[in-house]
Amino acid sequence: MNGDILGVFAGALASGRIRVVDLTCTLSPDFPVIVMPPELGQSAPFRMERISRYDGSGPAWYWNNLSFGEHTGTHFDAPIHWYTGRDLPLNSVDTLPPADMIAPACVIDCSQQANEDADFLLTVSDVVKWEDENGRIRPRSWVLLRTDWSKKSGAAYANLLADGAHTPGPDAEVMRWLVAERDIIGFGTETIGTDAGQAGHFSPPYPAHHYLHGAGRYGLQCLTNLDHLPPKGAMIVAAPLKIQNGSGSPLRVLALVQERSTG
Amino acid sequence: MTGPLPRPKRKNPLARTTQPLLPPQTRSRKAHGFTLAAAIGRFMLQCCGECGRYAYPAREACPNCLSSALTFLDAPTGGALLSETRIEVTSDPYFREHMPWRTGMVQLDCGPVVVAHLHGDCGGPGARVAMSLQLDKAGQAVFFAKSVSETPHMEDDPQWRQLSADPKYRRVLISDGRSPMAVALVNALKKAGAAKIFVGVAEQWKPFEERTLLEAMEGVEVVDLDLTSERSVQELAIDIGAKVEILINTADHVRPAHLFDASAANTARDVMDHTVMGLMRLSQAFGPVMRSRGADGATGAVAWVNVLSVHGLSNARQFGVHSVAHAACLSLSQWLRNELRQGGIRVINALTGPLDTEWFQTVPPPKVAPKALADAVVDGLKRGLEDIYIGDVAKDIEARLFDNPKAVEREAGR
Amino acid sequence: MVPPRMRQSYDSVVLAVPVTVPYQRYSIETAHWWMGKALRALAEGAGISHRDFDGFSVASFTMGPDVAVGLTQHFGLSPRHIDHVPMGGASGIVSLRRAARAVQAGDADIVACVAADTNSVDSFRNLLEGFSRFSQDAVYPYGAGGANGSFALIARHYMDRYGATREDFGKLCVAQRDNALRNPHALMKKPLTLDQYMSARVIAEPFRLFDCVMPCAGAEAFLVMREETATSLALPFVRLLSAIERHNAFPDDPMQVRGGWVMDRDELYGMAGVAPDDMDFVQTYDDYAVISMMQFEDLGFCAKGEGADFVRQHTFTIDGSFPHNTSGGQLSVGQAGAAGGHLGITEAIRQLLGAAGGTQVHEVRLGLVSGFGMINYDRGLASAAAILARA
Repeated sequence: MNGDILGVFAGALASGRIRVVDLTCTLSPDFPVIVMPPELGQSAPFRMERISRYDGSGPAWYWNNLSFGEHTGTHFDAPIHWYTGRDLPLNSVDTLPPADMIAPACVIDCSQQANEDADFLLTVSDVVKWEDENGRIRPRSWVLLRTDWSKKSGAAYANLLADGAHTPGPDAEVMRWLVAERDIIGFGTETIGTDAGQAGHFSPPYPAHHYLHGAGRYGLQCLTNLDHLPPKGAMIVAAPLKIQNGSGSPLRVLALVQERSTG
Repeated sequence: MTGPLPRPKRKNPLARTTQPLLPPQTRSRKAHGFTLAAAIGRFMLQCCGECGRYAYPAREACPNCLSSALTFLDAPTGGALLSETRIEVTSDPYFREHMPWRTGMVQLDCGPVVVAHLHGDCGGPGARVAMSLQLDKAGQAVFFAKSVSETPHMEDDPQWRQLSADPKYRRVLISDGRSPMAVALVNALKKAGAAKIFVGVAEQWKPFEERTLLEAMEGVEVVDLDLTSERSVQELAIDIGAKVEILINTADHVRPAHLFDASAANTARDVMDHTVMGLMRLSQAFGPVMRSRGADGATGAVAWVNVLSVHGLSNARQFGVHSVAHAACLSLSQWLRNELRQGGIRVINALTGPLDTEWFQTVPPPKVAPKALADAVVDGLKRGLEDIYIGDVAKDIEARLFDNPKAVEREAGR
Repeated sequence: MVPPRMRQSYDSVVLAVPVTVPYQRYSIETAHWWMGKALRALAEGAGISHRDFDGFSVASFTMGPDVAVGLTQHFGLSPRHIDHVPMGGASGIVSLRRAARAVQAGDADIVACVAADTNSVDSFRNLLEGFSRFSQDAVYPYGAGGANGSFALIARHYMDRYGATREDFGKLCVAQRDNALRNPHALMKKPLTLDQYMSARVIAEPFRLFDCVMPCAGAEAFLVMREETATSLALPFVRLLSAIERHNAFPDDPMQVRGGWVMDRDELYGMAGVAPDDMDFVQTYDDYAVISMMQFEDLGFCAKGEGADFVRQHTFTIDGSFPHNTSGGQLSVGQAGAAGGHLGITEAIRQLLGAAGGTQVHEVRLGLVSGFGMINYDRGLASAAAILARA
């Protein structure tokens, strides 16, 4: 075996044997953000205001000012985001260990169930079934819940009804189990949160946030293109902005996928 | 007899849009006493504090007793027409486009003789007339005489339409369809004959109850409009900017905050973004095109209404952020008014007390029902007002501010 | 209060050297150019240098930003009496009255009374727009009809009240046009019929085109001096017998139906020792025929309200029963701004000197000139009149 692993990796990238899949939604002003009851604080949506565009304010250059909440668009949740993770070391995006920014992914395809039921909940048995086919989830892996929800947009994507959002997510037990029994590095979804739309009514409320961040693990949400990933074997590159004391940030999430060798 | 205003035809795309011109606007400082009265729909003349006689035109000393104690007081609105003319030749570019123009001399019941614009239906010399002070296209006060009794299609008189902002056959944009005022405004505008009503809705992905109601109404079109997004506002202006003759900005964002709360600054910024910056974005996107259409036919662009809180005039502690934002909106509205006046567009501030809506749930009555607000806005448009105080609370604050602004400030702090 | 003192007579005050600088419809020159022409004509007519004028009285709407004292430097004058009389149609007679007292008292020996205005394509609109504070506040924003709009209101009311008709006004206008055809300086060169007058295009009801004067550029001027001065210069002259002025008379009349002449006419005729019937001609201030009609009444040629009847009973041409505005008046000569108030005076001097040429009325001894001006708000405020006599 050649000791030059990165050299081989570079060659595989150049030859196309390793494909790069972009799991990121485009940040735009009309991308839905999480909605809290109006008397509570709200996340600012993404906004872009022009500084100049080869004009009087800057004759040769184009640039903009941006504003957005930490949890806007495709974004990363750090442990400090939830009260359960508030006292952990290295719990904010600026102190996040860089090695944690690259990790393998297990993709559990629940797109059919989610298509049939907006309130679909991932359970331990779903994961066990996946393990029966793909093998046990290795420690420090991302578990990504594929629902194809990212193919929706606007009102259908947010799916807000009078009693709140109706979007798929994990139940409480599977989150406790994934963290405690499978030692996952994080959990990712295609919806606005790592938790289901109705997760405020679960026990504990918002179990993905509760268990992930309480154990120093991470969340990724508003992912897309999960249907381009194999169930197992993809490597995820997820490096949030280094914001002092930040609880999360929009980011570019990339997946590296090895093409099946044809010899 | 006034003929009914014909429904405007679709514009000939090959025809140049008539550029707005303004009537003569030089006035003495004293004459702005009439501007004040006209802006709020009152009829006031200078009256001598010593000999009690009314004087006109505005002057610095009473011609009867030379007292300088001349103050603008409400006066009876009756008068008799002494003489009239129809001017057909003028060297003024604005009036040249509106010839012939009917004016007359009116002896007011309170004494003075005034030159006034005449409604087409008021009789010849000797006729009794009802007087009002109006703001013309230049925003300057002028006297207007009309017949004492109603006549058919009275509001369609071409000279009167230069002084009013009647919604009839005009297209209206309401900036915030989620506002509890929206449905009431739509109803009032439809009743007043508006040709079409665009209702802006931000973040269409968030459902709201009145949406189906609005969508079911004839002549109403729900459009994407998020005042916190420059892009959203610009894109809507590109689509419909040249079709908006009356813009009613109902944007508000009432969020309670105590000044010393850590989160108050965030709340304030959020509120400012929805209100002040929202009005700024709306002004930048819709202001230029509306200004350029101020003389675009009988139903050209005519008015911009900002529905604002009367607390913008004096801070109310329990709605501190709200008061701050609306004070800033008032200032921005003045700025906008000065810009749009170049196009003959009237900017109306509809100052209201607390509305009878969820965000003012804890405020004791009297509160303003959305319908009352909508009716007052449409009435202000028809009468050509510039400042409208809506509801008992707003009227009370207006009167008390006029009397003693410090008292209002202290009493709000208790 | 002590009773008013008897006015001193104008004994020995004379007028000489009537000057008209021929009018132009529009001019690219300033008012100063027209004043210079007038001053030069005065000096040449008097046979002396303009530096010998020790009095200078000027009337103009378009001389701004200059004032009278500034104009002395502009024209190289060193006067010891100067006056600026911004009174429009009354400024000619007001200038004359002040100059008369100055020469009578010896404050000055020769006063040059000059009125000049230019007329560019935009100057008339500018004049209307900025005419007065009351006009800016309370008249101009109402249709911007200018003087036509304001006098239309006065005319309509006068017609309603006294039964005057457009035909009556037309008769005066047509007669003046007949007179103007004999005046080479008149801008109006074509005959005018009553039909043309009646059917012309509407300007501001009841006024049509020929009811209104045509603004133009031009200058009028004359010299005022003592008789002895005129004699020493061997100048032909006419005598000033009497003169009156009055401003803002009858402020309580809701609409103007009379001018200040009514208050002072007894004195006018008393000082001169003559009666209205003695006049051989009358030069009224004819910004509108209705105002001439008002002057017939207010100066005692007929009673109030009988102006229309008076017009119907007389003819007003040079050879008519009541020779009136023999030059053609402003209606047919043109209105050169403030010079319109001097036009009647220069024409009267020429008539009395027998130097009126084509417009000369036969055998004239006495003439009346009246002035009227300054529609500050709803009415003309200034009224004035003078009686001149052949020497």
